[in-house]
Amino acid sequence: MNRVGLERKVLSENDRLAATLRDRFETHNVLCANLISSPGAGKTTLLERTLENLNPHARVAVLTGDIQTENDARRLRRFGFPVRQITTGGTCHLDARMIERGLEEWALDELEMLFIENVGNLVCPSSYDLGEAAKIVVLSVAEGEDKPLKYPSIFFKSELMVLNKVDLLPYVPFDIAAAEENARRVHPGIEIIRVSCARRMGLGAWMAWLGARREKMLNARAAVV
Amino acid sequence: MHEMAIANSLLDAIEKEALRFPQGRITKVGLRIGELAGVDRDALSFCWEAVVRGTEWEPLVLEIDYRPRRHRCERCSREFIVESYDVACPVCGEVNTIFAGGDELELAYLEVEDHEPCGAGAQGTERE
Repeated sequence: MNRVGLERKVLSENDRLAATLRDRFETHNVLCANLISSPGAGKTTLLERTLENLNPHARVAVLTGDIQTENDARRLRRFGFPVRQITTGGTCHLDARMIERGLEEWALDELEMLFIENVGNLVCPSSYDLGEAAKIVVLSVAEGEDKPLKYPSIFFKSELMVLNKVDLLPYVPFDIAAAEENARRVHPGIEIIRVSCARRMGLGAWMAWLGARREKMLNARAAVV
Repeated sequence: MHEMAIANSLLDAIEKEALRFPQGRITKVGLRIGELAGVDRDALSFCWEAVVRGTEWEPLVLEIDYRPRRHRCERCSREFIVESYDVACPVCGEVNTIFAGGDELELAYLEVEDHEPCGAGAQGTERE
């Protein structure tokens, strides 16, 4: 009996594709953000507010994932940016292959930002690298402040937590300080932005974060080249 | 529940590795899963059994090494297991510690019966 040591990722095929995607995004200076949350936390509304705040000439596109329906793509297309729906037909997460297919027919050199709206789920999407520059987790105050402790993987892997629906704080038993502390316990370096997409609060900070994050990516690339 | 997709990827990975041992038979696979991998080991074992049922891989033993989150202290260089999300160093109390592992989702080893290593790809082989 021989034991053969390996250092192979179980998702090596996905990771290989994701690395190719990341390379393509970076080559074309496209900031790719992967938005992840439980169903109903407000990913689509955050994207609606984002698109309506952008200059109409901004070179931005959205891939939005759901198990069924084109509803989110319909909501997002109203703003005039290219939007494509990925319907997974039952799969609870997006994988790199779906992103590769979703990008067919789009010229990356015509984009500066790509948003991926993952399937609503705090668990499964955290395992799949999509080639994004940053994972962003959206948590709403209508959920529990202990979500970061219950679902550590996604909070650990996300650069930013967008805390949505803060206009509801007077009406829900949500301890926002505890929520932020919990997120930082899981991931000490996580950045946090409080917004209310419904009431259009805090969106300036979010838009500024996106701009700064793209700058950071371009500078990192300039330093390498 | 994405463990079914993971089980399928695992099978793909094992089949690729098996090509390196055309004369051998893989009897056991060691898997390393970190607590931050977002993968449930019981669900994965269950899905694995479903994926290999009725295939040549059905007798294969899947051994899962569940890895806790580890950090390394920047001050005293000690590596320690993070419990209850407390990332402070248990030895010197330093609060700035660096993530050192716990998000693995990796094939750690294979056990192969009667195999002749095939080419230079078969590395890290040790006899038990």
